[in-house]
This record gives sequence, structure tokens and C-alpha cells, in this order.
Amino acid sequence: MNLVSLKTAMALPEIFLAAMASLILILGLFLKESSRDKACYWLSLFTLVATALLVLNGFSSNSVIAFNGLFISDPMGALLKIAVCLISTTVFTYTRQYNQDRDIFKSEYYVLGLFSVTGMMVMISASHLLSLYLGLELMSLCLYAMIAFYRDDKLAVESAMKYFVLGALASSILLYGMSLIYGLTGSLELSVISSTLSTIDQGNLALALAVVFVVVSLAFKLGVVPFHMWVPDVYQGAPTSTTAFMGSVPKIAAFAIIMRLLVGGLGELHDMWQQMLIILAILSVGIGNIIAIAQDNLKRMLAYSTISHMGFFLFGILSGAETGYSASLLYVIVYAAMSAASFGVILCLASEGNEFDKLSDLAGLSKRNPGLAFLLLVLMLSMSGIPPTAGFFAKLSVIQALVDAQLLWVAVTAVILAVIGAFYYLRIIKLAYFDDPVEGHSAPVTVRTDSKAALTVNVLLMVAILPWIGSLIDICNDVISNFGS
Amino acid sequence: MIPLSQYLILAALIFAIGVVGIFLNRKNLIILLMSIELLLLAVNINFVAFSHYLSDTAGQIFVFFILTVAAAEAAIGLAILIVLFRSRSTINVEELDSLKG
Repeated sequence: MNLVSLKTAMALPEIFLAAMASLILILGLFLKESSRDKACYWLSLFTLVATALLVLNGFSSNSVIAFNGLFISDPMGALLKIAVCLISTTVFTYTRQYNQDRDIFKSEYYVLGLFSVTGMMVMISASHLLSLYLGLELMSLCLYAMIAFYRDDKLAVESAMKYFVLGALASSILLYGMSLIYGLTGSLELSVISSTLSTIDQGNLALALAVVFVVVSLAFKLGVVPFHMWVPDVYQGAPTSTTAFMGSVPKIAAFAIIMRLLVGGLGELHDMWQQMLIILAILSVGIGNIIAIAQDNLKRMLAYSTISHMGFFLFGILSGAETGYSASLLYVIVYAAMSAASFGVILCLASEGNEFDKLSDLAGLSKRNPGLAFLLLVLMLSMSGIPPTAGFFAKLSVIQALVDAQLLWVAVTAVILAVIGAFYYLRIIKLAYFDDPVEGHSAPVTVRTDSKAALTVNVLLMVAILPWIGSLIDICNDVISNFGS
Repeated sequence: MIPLSQYLILAALIFAIGVVGIFLNRKNLIILLMSIELLLLAVNINFVAFSHYLSDTAGQIFVFFILTVAAAEAAIGLAILIVLFRSRSTINVEELDSLKG
């Protein structure tokens, strides 16, 4: 065995990212205190952009298996990795002022972020249960630490503990499912698992048990009802900079793990997991949207909105056809960008000693900062799926996929529940534009130029992408049709 | 020779004890961390048993990785526990209730 047969070059972006993360960690030890954090921050941003460029540079339309079956490099992976890197970069740009105000603008914070992105990229490219598990753990462990990083805050530490316990439980359930799959198929490689499963009896009880374990653990990680208890607590308790990170990019990685494990590995058992996903998805969209109405904390409301969006994203997956997968792919990328931007708005508005996470804080925002109020307006329209925004096309393609898969009643339920959800998004617009500022909170809000510029680009992209939305959908269709071939 | 099913039953029992430990325990966070460790060890028994009966070493190698990750996980869990104790002077599960709604 030598380096050539391992095809190490396929993992060049991951290797570069991990090496840079380690380098920045060490640099943080030796640089002068005054310039350390800023230098490490800029280096992290540079690393993420450079990784995205490396992925783009190594793009090829064929799937290549490397590292003796542990790693797969394919067009879907490349698209997801580029999305992960770019969205992480924008999220990091928003976090700077917020972290500085709370004394967590430390080089280690961004190193943890980089390692988390490495974990996601490993997950995206996993073609083996082992690499899938290691990527997942690398991502989650860094996220726990990023929440607990704000250690002076009681809520942050408590939410880190909750997230840690439930995350570890979810990983163990996933591992138990993996061990059953290994016992039944005799292999850890997803392609071998898939081909072995087509030869064995599908009525096998252990097989059903394995699928249940895998689906439950994925539901835990995604945070869909009834495994959603941790999502609102963690989103609210975590420092907003970490919430913005964990509320956006890991969803893209979650899409990858579902595609690799459920669709790629357990694709033969589609009928079995489709039923479970239908229940999970409808419950999430319904309960997420309805409970969100009752929230008065902005971060908590966005957490319930995440739950409903994750349900919506499962609708595309459960249709079990290529159109459905590509609809989900579009949905998850658009959602990650929207979610990053909406937490970005909170990050920009928050100041020292004010988290700006109450709904009432938003009252009269259009008078305090018209620019941000307008961005929030566009974002909320996109979140609720009102044209002419990218969110509308994402929802449309998912529903189209459901109709194509003859799941008409699911499609109708999805639309009705999405309309219920529009209520609380539009309420935010009403608060920002038609209400007067609360007494004592009427001073204009000023925002750093760099985060404002990134935010503006991020939000306006939701509308400006429209002329090219067709080509984006084509790209999604292309990468999915190459999947598994 | 001990049949495979007995190993699987043992692993399932240990896994169940771990899950029950997480959901019933209302007193001490350290017991939660111990339960998580039990869950991972139950999975390890499964992997080793399958690996032996399939005569395939991949499962045993997976166990090395699970053990390593479990160690890292315990380190992070204990670190969060210490920070938690510093800010609240308690590790009682029931008192972790400031986030609700």
C-alpha cells in the first residue's frame, strides 16, 4: 500500500483545512497578545475561502473512491463542501463584533470552527461508516466546545451540557444501528452494504431495528419532532455567534449524512424509512410552526422555525426520487444561507450587554436602522417562502417533488402548514415597520461596515439569484444524477 | 463456544441500562456521563462479537476508533461539567432548568 493507491490528493481540501487549523492553533500560542486574535481570525477566513477554491479546483464530474473505500469524491460532495466553506466564512464575518463585546473573540474559537468544518467535510465525503462517524463526532465535539466557550454565561454553559448529553446519546444510537448493519451485511463500506442488502430478506426484524436506530439518531441530530427538545434550548442559550454557525452549516452536512447513509447505504429499504420520515416531517413542520407563534424570544422562535424547515427538507428526501433529492439539496443550501443571515441580523443588532434577542427589541427597527430593517424584511419573506425570493423556489421544488412521487396528501399538508408558519415571519416585519420603538430603546443602531457588507450581499443574494435560479436547480439535478453512479 | 445471540443480548441490556440511566437520573450529571460511556461500550461489545463471528477485523478496528472518540467526548463532557459547576456551584440535573418555553 502506498500513497498513490490511497489517492491522497482527493482529500487535498480536507488535509489543507486540518493543517491550517492546527497551524492557527499553534500560531495563537506564539503571536503577541495584542495582534493574536485578529490575525488568527483573518487567517481562518482566508483558510475557508482557500479551501473552497481547492474544492473548486479539484472538481471533476466522476466519482472517485479514495483511501481504500473510506472516502468518496463526487460532484455532490464538491457542491456541498463549497457551500459549507462559503457560508461558514460569512457566519464568521458576522461574529466578530459580537464576540469582541463578550470577550470570546479568541483564536481558539475560530480554530474550533475550522475543525468543525473539517468534520463536516469528512462527513460529506464519507463512503464508509467509520469516516461518517468520525466526521460527525469531530463536527459535534467542536460545536459543544464553541457553545461552552462563553463560559461566563450561565445559559450558554447549561445549553452546552444539554446539547452534549443529547448529542452523545444520538451518536450512540447511530453507532448501535451501524453495529447491527455491520452484523447483517458483514461490511462497513456503504456501497457493499447497499449491494448486500438487496440480496437479503427485507422482512428481517434486526434489519428493521437497525433502520429505526439510524433514523432516530438522524432525527435527533437534525432536531425534528419528536426528537427536537434540545433545539430551542440550545439555540437560545448558546452565544448568538455560535447559534448562527450551528444553525446553518451543519444542516448541509446533515443533508450529506442522510444522502450517504439512508439513500446510498440503506436505499434498498426505502419503503421502510419513507414511512418513518413522513411522520417525522409532518410533525416537525406542524409543531415547529405552531409553537414558534407562541415564542417571545427571537432566537427561540428561529429554533422552532429551524425545526419546521428541517421537516420541510425531509419531504424532499422521503419522496425517494432524484427530483426529490435535488429539491432537498436546493432547499438545504438556501436554508443555510437564510439562517446564517437571520442570525447575522441579530449579531449585528446586539451590543455590549444587550443580546437583542427579544421580539420586542425589534419594535420600530425601521426607524432605528432602515437598512437592517429592510434586510430583515427580505429575509423573513424568503423564510416564509413568498416570491420573488429564493425561499419560494426552494419550497416550490420540494412540493413539486412530493406531487411527482404521488404523495398528494403530504404535499397539501405541507402547504397548509407552511401558510401557518408565514404568520410569525410576517409578525416580525410588522414589528419592525409598523410598531413604535419601546421607550428607552429608540436610539439608532450602528453596525460595523464589514459585517454590514457581508450581510447585505448574503441577503440580497436571496433575491438577486432569481435570474440564475434555473441554473442552480440544474446544478443540483446534475450532481444528484451523478450520485452513486 | 458461546453463541452470538448471548453477546447481543448482553450488549442490548447494557445499552438499555445506559438509556434508562440518562432518562431516569435526576440527581447527578456525572452519572449521565457514566451512562453515555455505557452506551458506547455496549456498541463496542456488538462490534467485537459481530467481528469475531464474521471473521472480519474491520469491526474491531471500528472499536478502537469508538474508544478514542469516547475518550475525547468524556474530556469535553467533563470540561463542560467543570465550567457548569463554577458558574452554578451545583451539578444537579434538576436545577438545570433556566431554559424553558
